[in-house]
Amino acid sequence: MSDTNKEGLFSKSNIKLITNPLNDDNPISVQVLGICSALAVTVQMKNAFVMSISVIAVIAIGNVIISLLRNYIPSRIRIIVQLVVAAALVILVDQILKAYAYDVSKQLSVFVGLIITNCILMGRFEAFALKNKPWPSFLDGLGNGLGYGFVLMVVAFFRELLGSGKIWGYPVLGDPIEKTGVYSMGYINNGLVILAPMALLMVGIFIWVQRGINKKLIEK
Amino acid sequence: MEYVNIFVKSLFIENMVFAYFLGMCSFLAVSKKVPTAVGLGAAVIFVQVITVPLNYLIYKYVLEPGALKWIDPSFEALDLSFLTFILFIASVATMVQLVEMIIEKYSPSLYNSLGLFLPLIAVNCAILGGSLFMQQRIDAGVYSNMGHVLTFAFASGLGWAIAIILMAAIREKMEYSNVLAPLRGLGITFIVTGLMAIGFMSFGGIDLNAFNKKPELKSADEKTEISEVAPASPVDSISVGSVTKRSL
Repeated sequence: MSDTNKEGLFSKSNIKLITNPLNDDNPISVQVLGICSALAVTVQMKNAFVMSISVIAVIAIGNVIISLLRNYIPSRIRIIVQLVVAAALVILVDQILKAYAYDVSKQLSVFVGLIITNCILMGRFEAFALKNKPWPSFLDGLGNGLGYGFVLMVVAFFRELLGSGKIWGYPVLGDPIEKTGVYSMGYINNGLVILAPMALLMVGIFIWVQRGINKKLIEK
Repeated sequence: MEYVNIFVKSLFIENMVFAYFLGMCSFLAVSKKVPTAVGLGAAVIFVQVITVPLNYLIYKYVLEPGALKWIDPSFEALDLSFLTFILFIASVATMVQLVEMIIEKYSPSLYNSLGLFLPLIAVNCAILGGSLFMQQRIDAGVYSNMGHVLTFAFASGLGWAIAIILMAAIREKMEYSNVLAPLRGLGITFIVTGLMAIGFMSFGGIDLNAFNKKPELKSADEKTEISEVAPASPVDSISVGSVTKRSL
């Protein structure tokens, strides 16, 4: 890696590549990318976690590949090249999931395949990997993947907790049928939270809270 | 009547945007003005009607387990279905490129209104999602011929177009309302989409078997049909299930 001589592997600008997408430049809540899958897989934390890992892997590795190829890709056909790289990586991820986490892969259904058209991927390939060296591209992919995963995990946490009274599949609030824990006081799971519309509202609320704290993100 | 059934189901009950969140990125980015929303909606219908049947043919004659036996009976044991993603996305990208070139050559006026949106569509999840749902439902035996697939392609594209046009109309009106500062722009758009999705859920109560001629089999039919069609995604099986229970 030639650029490491001039600049440390974890120099300030490189660290920023990872930390920025977590808040100020979050792919979901600020750049508005990759929302399709973010909403659909957040019913349970486990699914959201598997999805996040898959997306992080695909973005980071894809970014490196595109960055290595950046001087050889004719700009007219770059979209197709990017799609082919993404599709090849997603096929790998899909086969690995089918082999080692079959239940989760069944629940994620078409959304694993849809990582190919996940806008974060195209966005990062276009905006970053085509212009930068492999190592910063890798960090950028990692950071954006983590930013995506962070929103996914937060939304999934609240949806699973409020919707089915569980965290990561463990019934932390007691048993709704046996009436133990908080259910003995008359608490009921909010079934609406599991349904599709609440995913949108949850992300809306996430954006509200984030922009309430981080005032510079407010749109005019 | 099964065509009406598939049409209504794909258009309202399994709406691409409100039930599956597909094509959200362009849905949020391009829904600021009604005319542009109409353009993108039309382009999505157009591309969907071309690519889904094309991918159906690819799936039937290349990818399905044993599909290659039309070349030689000895290929019967081949299963190329792991290549699904790459072939589907390649066919979508090439079709979009081809359609763009053909329209540019033969219909400059259409190109001026649609052309801008065509490259956007290659990476629209609704297009690839449509093909992947088609594949999933063919495996499940829900769709069995070209007619079903065409109906699904048109209805799902139309559903997406309706959603983005409605959204653009609401957002045009919202320009004049006083939204809380942190919610302005993206936040309120999400919440409005969520409320619209709740509205669209009420279509889940439509009794599709009212179209059928044998009313005595109604409830049993409805149940099996929905459980078959419901995809593996837990969100939707739950939503469809609970709505059906209520309507019964």
